Amino acid sequence: MKVFHNIAQDFRRNKVIYFLCIPIVLWYVIFCYMPMGGIVIAFQNFTPARGISGSPWVGAEHFIRFFTGPYAWRLIRNTFMLSLLDLLFNFPAPIIFALLLNEVYCKTFKKTIQTISYMPYFISLVVLCGIVVDFTKSGGVISSAVAAITGSTPQNLLGNVRYFRTIYTVSSIWQGLGYGSIIYIAALSGVDTEMYEAATIDGAGRWKQTLHITLPSISSTIIIMLIMKMGSMLNVGSEKVLLLYSPAIYETADVISSYVYRNGFETYNYSFSTAVGLFNSVVNTALLLTANTVCKKHTETSLF
Amino acid sequence: MVERKTSGRIVFNIINYAFLVLIALCCILPMWHILMASISSPAMVEISNGLILWPLGKPSLNGYRYLAGYPKIWRGYKHTLFYVSGQCVISGFLTLIAGYVLSRKRFRYRNVLAGFISFTMLFHGGMIPTYMVVRNLHLLDTYWAMLIPGAMSVFYIIIMRTAIQEIPDSLEESARIDGAGELTILFRIILPLCKATFAVIILFVAVGKWNEWFSALLYLNKEEKYPLQMILRDILINMQTINNGSEVSADALNEQMQLYKVLMRYCSIVVSTLPILCIYPFVQKYFVSGVMVGSIKG
Repeated sequence: MKVFHNIAQDFRRNKVIYFLCIPIVLWYVIFCYMPMGGIVIAFQNFTPARGISGSPWVGAEHFIRFFTGPYAWRLIRNTFMLSLLDLLFNFPAPIIFALLLNEVYCKTFKKTIQTISYMPYFISLVVLCGIVVDFTKSGGVISSAVAAITGSTPQNLLGNVRYFRTIYTVSSIWQGLGYGSIIYIAALSGVDTEMYEAATIDGAGRWKQTLHITLPSISSTIIIMLIMKMGSMLNVGSEKVLLLYSPAIYETADVISSYVYRNGFETYNYSFSTAVGLFNSVVNTALLLTANTVCKKHTETSLF
Repeated sequence: MVERKTSGRIVFNIINYAFLVLIALCCILPMWHILMASISSPAMVEISNGLILWPLGKPSLNGYRYLAGYPKIWRGYKHTLFYVSGQCVISGFLTLIAGYVLSRKRFRYRNVLAGFISFTMLFHGGMIPTYMVVRNLHLLDTYWAMLIPGAMSVFYIIIMRTAIQEIPDSLEESARIDGAGELTILFRIILPLCKATFAVIILFVAVGKWNEWFSALLYLNKEEKYPLQMILRDILINMQTINNGSEVSADALNEQMQLYKVLMRYCSIVVSTLPILCIYPFVQKYFVSGVMVGSIKG
């Protein structure tokens, strides 16, 4: 009863604030919490006509079907591989780019390179994938260059199972390099220049200064970015995969979220698709929490 | 900063500058290639397999002339502009009041509400359950389906709250003494004082909306409400053959036009991307500040 009394008292004092809360709370309930409740269809044989209350319960059947089915391993492997490549190449690339820019003393040159490097970020994903399709088609700029270097006949690279991961990773780096470096460039500009002067007097060269002053100064930024990346390890965006893949290269290109999309919207296995999606979000949340805890323990930097 | 001119340093500088120029070239060249291909002779583009640095054949705008007769792309443009402006209004308003409410110290349950909102960042229902909600609300195939489900983001709300919290309480108190109500304080005092942050959020929302195609794929079944990106997807990815609706007769002029279909893809990329690429150098500083604001309270 005390809680209700407190709420009533607070409500009388802040009527307008409570009124302003209504659309916010409503939106979050409808578009975030109701879908969370909707996850129960993963344990049913759901059809929209019968609704959640009318559909029969089947327990963990869909999960068992997924994990014993032929695609589970392939999907997990592909998703994990794309994430790993992203972590290995796409994560450090902006840091290295920012460090290299930091060594440039000509302001105009630095500013120009920076501005140009943001450009790919402003190209929409659909257009980016369109460019990728055009450049890697048989006779496209990249296909022809690859053929000339390896001495083979030009082929449609996107149709080849072996090249999908490379194309995916390289195009991501191309789009995100400059934009991703913004945060590190800002962190670098905050490093106290007196430290460099002191180090120079002590006889440390540029390389040593980078290793012992620059990197430690931006390490907390790097760690935060790393935690955020870890949390989305299995969250490989279905959007880019859906734009680039084709049945011929499912072997390396099909990821969990694209599989969820196909099952939900092409074959209408709503329950099965939700079950696979639930598995994906649970792993994601676990990864995020683990990464956060590990970082908290070892580095005192954490997201929450 | 002290700069020592050792020979190793000079070699490093040369390599470093060369490498950075190379990166910059990599960023520009693909778009330049497409721009040049779009004004080249289509027959020569077909057989060319290298980077096109200069128009092949006699430069002409015939590809664009052909594109002008293709109504879908312009309808998509119109829809996208509508979605972008609608989303800016809806998201801007909701994010502002959410940030305001969460920053009120006199609101006793603000942290409960903050927890309620932040939890959605950690776990979400997923594609199908969200689709079912949109479907049950009868929003499928309506303009609202493009505007409402993506209206708020925890990230922007946190940025907004942080900005509002930085405004000194004394300003609000003195307004209250002068008899200002909650809404007057929000729109007359708070909003003008954090308009820089507000503008950054609007900018992020606008760019996000401009690029969006996936929610259209999920929530719109009929083509007539498609945003530009969905039309581009059909042209660029699904290789939809473009038929401009005009009766195709076998006369020479039409044959000429058929040839320009090859250029459609390049022209549509240019038409949809060039406006953004011309604007971004002037707004990039706001993006930079947006990334910074976000990183303070990630």
